[in-house]
Amino acid sequence: MSGELTAVAAEGGCHLSVGDCGFPAPGSEIFFFDEVARWTILNTEISVTKPMILLWISAIVVIAVFVAAFRKAKVVPKGLQNVAEYGYLFVRDGIARDTIGKEGDRFVPLLFAFFFFIWMNNLMGIIPFAQFPVTSKFAIPVAFATIIYLAWVPLGIKRQGLGPFLKSMTMPPDVPKLMYVLLIPIEILSNFIVRPFTHSVRLFANMFAGHMLIATFSIAAWYLFPTDLISDPDALSFLGLLGSAASTVVTIALTGFEFGIQALQAYVFTLLAAVYLNDSVNAH
Amino acid sequence: MNLLASEGSTQVLGVPLDELILGLVAFFVVFGALAKFALPGIRKALDERTAAIEGGISRAEAREAEATAMYEQYQSQLAEARAEAAQIRAAAQAEKQAIIEEARTEASAAAAAVTARADAAIEAERASTVASLRREVGSLAVSLAGKVVGESLEDDARARATVDRFIADLEAQANGAARS
Repeated sequence: MSGELTAVAAEGGCHLSVGDCGFPAPGSEIFFFDEVARWTILNTEISVTKPMILLWISAIVVIAVFVAAFRKAKVVPKGLQNVAEYGYLFVRDGIARDTIGKEGDRFVPLLFAFFFFIWMNNLMGIIPFAQFPVTSKFAIPVAFATIIYLAWVPLGIKRQGLGPFLKSMTMPPDVPKLMYVLLIPIEILSNFIVRPFTHSVRLFANMFAGHMLIATFSIAAWYLFPTDLISDPDALSFLGLLGSAASTVVTIALTGFEFGIQALQAYVFTLLAAVYLNDSVNAH
Repeated sequence: MNLLASEGSTQVLGVPLDELILGLVAFFVVFGALAKFALPGIRKALDERTAAIEGGISRAEAREAEATAMYEQYQSQLAEARAEAAQIRAAAQAEKQAIIEEARTEASAAAAAVTARADAAIEAERASTVASLRREVGSLAVSLAGKVVGESLEDDARARATVDRFIADLEAQANGAARS
């Protein structure tokens, strides 16, 4: 993430005390990376960039960890299985069964894959050298939200029938008849049009903002540090040192904060997925 | 399709088709691999664990019921044994009483027999003494009377009859005195 920018800042000698060029505040460009390779598969150009590589590393890590933990799962758990099992029970009991009820078990694999794959992609934001949350590329949450949307809408039609499903989604019970004139358009808008958008934007925006914050403060820590301290004692600036130290502390604190947000957003996304699936399975 | 990158744009809300496809494919690879190779294992293990725990509980319940039944059986057996012991004690007590009673009866009967025999012996002795006394006193009296009269009366049957009569009279007198 900020590695490239700090390098740029260092090359340009851009420090507060030495040849100040103004604070190089990070912009949206930190979310775009140079192409590593370009493949054309089935007439589609695939641009290989750092986020896409991290996406596949996340996929491999999640698969490797859980296949290793569960492939030969024992009745009496040991080591990795113990930890992974905690995650499995969290998704099964805390998300699937709590939200969907009896039928929740059917959706555990889907929800489990969503939770841990998203979490791993988010975690890339604070893993050293990766340091980029893959889910801050809007296309990725959009892909995930699309899968959920294309799962719960057909499932609801199949399970309840088109009419009853639309009725249950757009006509809340115990409402005066006249209110439906107002409610039905609102419900259609919120449940069928805005829902996939909010579902993906919530995850994207959280990761985007978190990454931007960490980038801003780590660049500030570098920018405020007087690098020529040894060769040029005149460059000494207590204010700069203090600001640099404070920014470093904030960067570390934000990294810890992000660690929490990453798990939380993975949970929120998965929980909402379960809520949407519940709309299809259990009519209200 | 990658308009944003090709134009060097930095539009963060852009959705390049290649990224979208990669996201979808990556997710389905993860989902497929987990659903096929990871989750069935843990599901099976958890089911087996549930079964094992439930089995353990039912086994423990069965064993507890068994223990309770055995305890009740022991309790009843113990009560039975106690009742039996009490019964045996009561019977022994009664038997003891009977034995004592019998021994007492036998002893008094034996004592009575001994007394009776002794009485009979005393009676026989007295009778023979009386008889011999009577004979001797009679002969003494006759010989004395003969000496006094001067003639021998010893072998005289009359004299013997007289003496007998005399003694009988004496006895009758003695008897009459004892009775009055």
